[in-house]
Amino acid sequence: MEGLAYLYIFMLAGFTGYEVISRVPVILHTPLMSGSNFVHGVVLVGGMVALGNADPADPLQLAIGFAAVLLGAANAAGGYVVTERMLAMFKGKKGGAK
Amino acid sequence: MSAQFSQFPVLGFIHAAYFAVAVVFILGLKAMSSPVTARRGVVWAGYAMIAATVVTFAWPGMQNFGLMVLAIAIGTVVAWVSGKKVAMTDMPQMVAIYNGMGGGAAAAIAALEFARGEVHGPVVTTLAVLGALIGSVAFSGSCVAFAKLQGIMKKAWRLPAQNGVNVLLALGAVALGVMIIGAETPDSTHVIAFFVLALVLGVILTVPIGGADMPVVISLLNAFTGLAVGMEGYVLGNPALIVAGIVVGASGTLLTQLMAKAMNRPISNVIFTPISGAAAGGGEAVEGEQKEVGAMDAAALMRYASKVIIVPGYGMAVAGAQHKVWEMTEMLEEAGVEVVFAIHPVAGRMPGHMNVLLAEAGVPYEKIFDLEEINGDFAQADVALVIGANDVVNPSARTDKSSPIFGMPILNADLAQNVIVVKRGKGTGYSGIENALFYKENTRLLYGSAQQAIGEVIQHVKAMSV
Repeated sequence: MEGLAYLYIFMLAGFTGYEVISRVPVILHTPLMSGSNFVHGVVLVGGMVALGNADPADPLQLAIGFAAVLLGAANAAGGYVVTERMLAMFKGKKGGAK
Repeated sequence: MSAQFSQFPVLGFIHAAYFAVAVVFILGLKAMSSPVTARRGVVWAGYAMIAATVVTFAWPGMQNFGLMVLAIAIGTVVAWVSGKKVAMTDMPQMVAIYNGMGGGAAAAIAALEFARGEVHGPVVTTLAVLGALIGSVAFSGSCVAFAKLQGIMKKAWRLPAQNGVNVLLALGAVALGVMIIGAETPDSTHVIAFFVLALVLGVILTVPIGGADMPVVISLLNAFTGLAVGMEGYVLGNPALIVAGIVVGASGTLLTQLMAKAMNRPISNVIFTPISGAAAGGGEAVEGEQKEVGAMDAAALMRYASKVIIVPGYGMAVAGAQHKVWEMTEMLEEAGVEVVFAIHPVAGRMPGHMNVLLAEAGVPYEKIFDLEEINGDFAQADVALVIGANDVVNPSARTDKSSPIFGMPILNADLAQNVIVVKRGKGTGYSGIENALFYKENTRLLYGSAQQAIGEVIQHVKAMSV
């Protein structure tokens, strides 16, 4: 049953992703791609769990786990910074140059 | 899962936190769908990410905390600083490289689980292998995309029998994957060979793709990374990874389709037959000659027009002329001219990239219109000012069946009363396709870099306003 429950999560998450994006205007496509890039930076959490369970006596495991956490952290931090920078520039007439 | 909960009560707390994080991620993405709430959306998602990271430290039975903190510190600082420093025009390759890192992380998680011998059962192994394959392709493919956009790798080259090599590599990786899934305990040489093949596949798939198609590829690889993260989430039994990864996988796939549609390039065409190859150089020869205009006449045309539509292209962004263009726009508006911007979906290097560049210069988004919104208005415009754009205003896309871009939706700038094209010289530009617009009766060319040409126009408009 548990495996099947996960299958439902996959399915529902898939539809959710499709629905959330389908209403986005073209002008936000680049920030949105960047934003979704940031969201999958949550892989950092998976890297932490994997490294945390690695055998401290095995350098290979430690090296791979270190790489996983490092890359995940860079994905999350970099994704956030560039997305935030882009979106900070979207101003309407009220807040903008006029 | 419930057995684990009674053994480690803290897991219940962690999973509750992950649940909240997943909800906030989805709400954040939703908020990013409107310019008004977009920034709020990413800030929420940022807090959720911090929360997810912090609670994970409480995961029962973990070790190696020193190494973990060091990796987080290095990754965060390097990416944060590089992300803060990068110029807006270079944004696409930064998105590509950060995305590649996420794919690499997903692949590394799979590799670690294999190294620990903790992957058991056909379903878990299959998802681990699939996630590793997709993550590795996203990693090496994104590195190539970054190198191309950054100008480190200049040429798009194709292997002889490129498609055959792709298929062979993919089959080899899948065969090794099946062997890993089928084995009781996977052979480590198989696992290593599998990762090597997957990484090579990512490189070989991306290298032949030309710069113009890169946005579609980056978007596709972004969706890939999402899927890989979701699958490794299943392997680790971590619902936060599953939900976030699959949501991004699905939305990224849709976004990729939207982009490919806007460029009239089906995704299969982008990957298997790059435009830089056999297709280029087609199209009928164009009759007529290019007629030049001086900055003063151009200024007069616009100053005394009632409606001007500006069509900015990547050439404007490269020249860094968007600030000058906005200065000119404000000046014309003061003189009573209605000025709006028309953005082709693929202007810039990614859909929406041009909007970001204009926003940086201070143009409010109410003045910026999509292709569908604006195309009917060109016929009523006195002047269409094309700056550094080429293929997206080429009327051959509507009329000439032999043109490589036939069928691509374009901005109908040629229907305006007058067309002024700011252009560096007489060449055919980025894609090498001749543009019929430049030879039309009502078209005038203003030669020079966008920065300098618009600067001169501003001087003349100023002189006329006094």
